[in-house]
Amino acid sequence: MSVELIVFFALAALAVGGALSLIFQRHPIHSALSLIVVMIALAGLYLLMGAEFVAAVQIIVYGGAIMVLFVFVIMLLNAGVEERTNMSKLAGYAGIPLALALTSFLAAALTRSSDAVQASAATGTAAPTKALAMLLFQDFVYPFELTSFLILVAILGAIVLAQRETSR
Amino acid sequence: MIPAHYFIVLSAILFGLGVVAFIFKRNIISIFMSIELMLNAVNLAFVSFSQTWGQLNGQIFVLFVIVVAAAEAAVGLGIIILIASNRQSLNVERVDLLKL
Repeated sequence: MSVELIVFFALAALAVGGALSLIFQRHPIHSALSLIVVMIALAGLYLLMGAEFVAAVQIIVYGGAIMVLFVFVIMLLNAGVEERTNMSKLAGYAGIPLALALTSFLAAALTRSSDAVQASAATGTAAPTKALAMLLFQDFVYPFELTSFLILVAILGAIVLAQRETSR
Repeated sequence: MIPAHYFIVLSAILFGLGVVAFIFKRNIISIFMSIELMLNAVNLAFVSFSQTWGQLNGQIFVLFVIVVAAAEAAVGLGIIILIASNRQSLNVERVDLLKL
């Protein structure tokens, strides 16, 4: 068993454990911290695959910005322990089996499609971040500019939603 | 070299756990976090396919997904703040105005 494989299984166990912890924790702040563990483990997996830039963005944007926003809102709303109310019968009985079926179906279908290209797999590019920048600012420059417009709209929406009624 | 389908299976497992969390959590913030978990699982699949094919387009897709997730988090959390101040509760069972 190579070192890479050991690191992979350690990070995968961390990610799955964090996701399970997200489900079983009753307090939202504990769920948020579990989600941060999942994101850091995924950043490690990206590093393992040689996608350094995506790993850095994952930590900075997901682990940093988005999760800080979540934790901030949880504290702002003073969210307490989640109360148990009776859920719908369909979710209670069929939820777990259907989720298991979805997982196995996804895994089987995606694995089959990735096995098909396994023979033609390249060994990876020399300077991924530089090539990524070339691709992003040449081939994908128009969608890239559109995302800035999307973020502008999101900022406006967040401000309009969060403002007080009396401040007009 | 780790086989690509290890990453794919891990991505499917994380997505399934996100679906389970989405179904069983009652707190609206936890439900929103399970959506983020599903987006992360999809990102993992994108990056592993990108490495398998030896092309970088998948990683570009991941960057766009992260941008959309950030925008979604900003707007969604604004909506959550509004719901919390209007309904005095974060439980989704109590937000049932559209229910017959």
